[in-house]
Amino acid sequence: MKNIDFLMAGVGGQGTILASNILAEVGLQLGYDVKKAEVHGMAQRGGQVDSHIRWGEKVNSPLVEENNADYLIGFEMLEAARFPHFLKENSLALVNDYRINPPLVNLGKATYPSKKEIEALLLERAEKVLWIKGTGIAKDLGNPAMIGVVLLGALSNLVGGDKEAWLDVVGKMVPQKFAELNKKAFNAGREAAG
Amino acid sequence: MKKLMTGNEAFAYGAYLYGVRVAAAYPGTPSSEILANYANYPNVFAEWAPNEKVSLDVAIGAAYAGKRAMCAMKHVGMNVAADSLFYAVYTGLKAGLVIVCADDPNMHSSQNEQDNRNYAKFAKCPMIEPADSEEARQFMGIALDMSEQFDTPVIVRSVTRLSHSSTPVEYTDEEPPAPPEEPPAYERDPLKFVMVPANARRRHPVVEERLQQLAEYAETTPINYIEPGSSKLGIVSAGVNYHFAKEVFPDATFLKLGMVYPLPKKLIREFANQVEKIVVVEELDPFLEEHLKLMGLEVQGKDIFPILGEFSPSLIRSCAVKAGLIEAPPAPPELKSDLDRPIRPPMLCPGCGHRALFYVLREAGVLVTGDIGCYTLAFAPPLSAMHTTGCMGASIGVAHGIDRAGVKDDVVAVLGDSTFLHSGVHPVIDVLYNQGSTTTIISDNNATAMTGFQEHPGTGKTIQGQPAKIVDPEKLVRGIGYEKVDICDPYDIDKMEEILQDHTRSDEPSVIIARHPCVLHTREKHPPPEVDPETCINCGICLDIGCSPLVQEEDHVRIDTLLCNGCGLCVKVCPQEAIIEK
Repeated sequence: MKNIDFLMAGVGGQGTILASNILAEVGLQLGYDVKKAEVHGMAQRGGQVDSHIRWGEKVNSPLVEENNADYLIGFEMLEAARFPHFLKENSLALVNDYRINPPLVNLGKATYPSKKEIEALLLERAEKVLWIKGTGIAKDLGNPAMIGVVLLGALSNLVGGDKEAWLDVVGKMVPQKFAELNKKAFNAGREAAG
Repeated sequence: MKKLMTGNEAFAYGAYLYGVRVAAAYPGTPSSEILANYANYPNVFAEWAPNEKVSLDVAIGAAYAGKRAMCAMKHVGMNVAADSLFYAVYTGLKAGLVIVCADDPNMHSSQNEQDNRNYAKFAKCPMIEPADSEEARQFMGIALDMSEQFDTPVIVRSVTRLSHSSTPVEYTDEEPPAPPEEPPAYERDPLKFVMVPANARRRHPVVEERLQQLAEYAETTPINYIEPGSSKLGIVSAGVNYHFAKEVFPDATFLKLGMVYPLPKKLIREFANQVEKIVVVEELDPFLEEHLKLMGLEVQGKDIFPILGEFSPSLIRSCAVKAGLIEAPPAPPELKSDLDRPIRPPMLCPGCGHRALFYVLREAGVLVTGDIGCYTLAFAPPLSAMHTTGCMGASIGVAHGIDRAGVKDDVVAVLGDSTFLHSGVHPVIDVLYNQGSTTTIISDNNATAMTGFQEHPGTGKTIQGQPAKIVDPEKLVRGIGYEKVDICDPYDIDKMEEILQDHTRSDEPSVIIARHPCVLHTREKHPPPEVDPETCINCGICLDIGCSPLVQEEDHVRIDTLLCNGCGLCVKVCPQEAIIEK
């Protein structure tokens, strides 16, 4: 059983914590030892947030080591661009094609990097950058908050493992009245990465 | 069965599993979820207390009365509760008492990174430190047994990376044995429980003797152990850093300490005899390192690893490579790009009432002594409207002190409703009693918002969501004797400005309650306003309220409708009337 290290990055309020909980639970269901780390609290207020999720035969540290992540899941373009140093060679970056300006950019005091620049940066380590219109897909399905589930759908295509196991965990861990809608979002993400 | 739990969930589960029946806490990151989770279990009593000291006294009382008890707090909460910790160590208890205390290395959400292991030594109180969630569960049982066996409170130390990491825990749906039904009888024993000097003098030798016994216990407890490996390198570690170090030094011999105070001298010597070199891997202070050095052992620690911040496997590895302890692992090529990535600090949410208040304070140019809560974010540009922040409740005393120093600026103290009830009541008494003229502004959003909307004595609900008496800050300050008290929604900017001016010009001590419920909590939302690009002159005045949906484009400002809460503050501040409410 080979180790798989995931790093999720986004903006507080985008739902990275629920997505990381689902990803950790999927690992457990697939038979891995699993650990996960993130920080709650102050960062929620629109600040940058990241989650570390590790699957393996036996996992010690809940934190992913630099140069070691297999997958980077970016909920927002600039946030993905903060973590190339965590990626190993031949890793994959899965990035939501969506931009939220940080305050300095809104104030006209800093420049938001272009998508091309971000892609070039990530490709210094990643074998491939897969752009997913996650926010768009989630919005079209009726709830932009499902962006995490869309990205997990896309990720499931890359990571493998029984699709039903993934769907089962998604169905159990999202708010119950939105379970079916979230499963649709998961499948839409899977297709987008297909 | 195995269940993924955060460290905090596992502390709560362990407390329930091992018979804690009464628990109290004041929320504080990263400890808040311990009590919140514990309160969901059946047959337990849980309460949010106004502050950490009160919560610890409640837990001590329950333990005096023969019920296993728990108190949970963040590291700086221990500063508030310390007085109670010290007497409880002298008196001992009738049933187990566990204090879960969570440090915050790297200050993810704190004003300092104090190392609370020092409290164990300072208060002469045993401390244990789990390394993952399964240990968090188990150590609660060990701590409660230890507490009863040695008649002392026991501190269980956590850190952010334990409290907020999820790892598998042995879990069963079965209920643990129900507690006996009869109410506990309080056994009166004043010689033990009344700490007048004569009694305290009798108790101090008991405390010293107990520490000797605990040091003996530390030699044999299974939570301290040697993990055999290569004799070339011996690593001493505890808590989450044990797991980080295992990643970096997989072949070393380890001394894994579950108990960090008092320490097992014989076991440490046994370990020292097995290895050629000893390295202590510990975050923050050289607590273990100094102990080993006092034993005369040759030890490395803070000469290799930093005293600042949080550790990670990456950091430990790079320090270990520099110190020549390990070879550098093969690494991918260094990144060539130096792309500028603008920072994204946390900000007040769209629709937050604090923003309107601090807009008024900034425009008035007053000196603002601040406090701990979401509103502390108002110190940052572009609001830039807070000038001091130290700890919970400090704002009012500091403002009064600045006044007393003879400063001529208008000074106001600002703190939240939960912070006011935590430690703001005594300083408003001080201002009144000592004939100060300080204006205290309670920015009341009816929640402990920063830590996740926990209830408090002003919200009218208990931790279980049951109705409770409301401690109304207005009645409270009027009852103390304040005569100049006003209440205003800060979104009524004109009225707010008028009241502020009236209060700061007055020589009377006064209180303003700036009341606007937290919109993240109430989920109040209105349609976003629209910017008329023809009228907008791109002056940037609306951008200076620091609200994230407002975006500057080439020749006008735009509103990101996905992020906007529709509160209308930007509509009010726009001098061109270019932002139109829908």
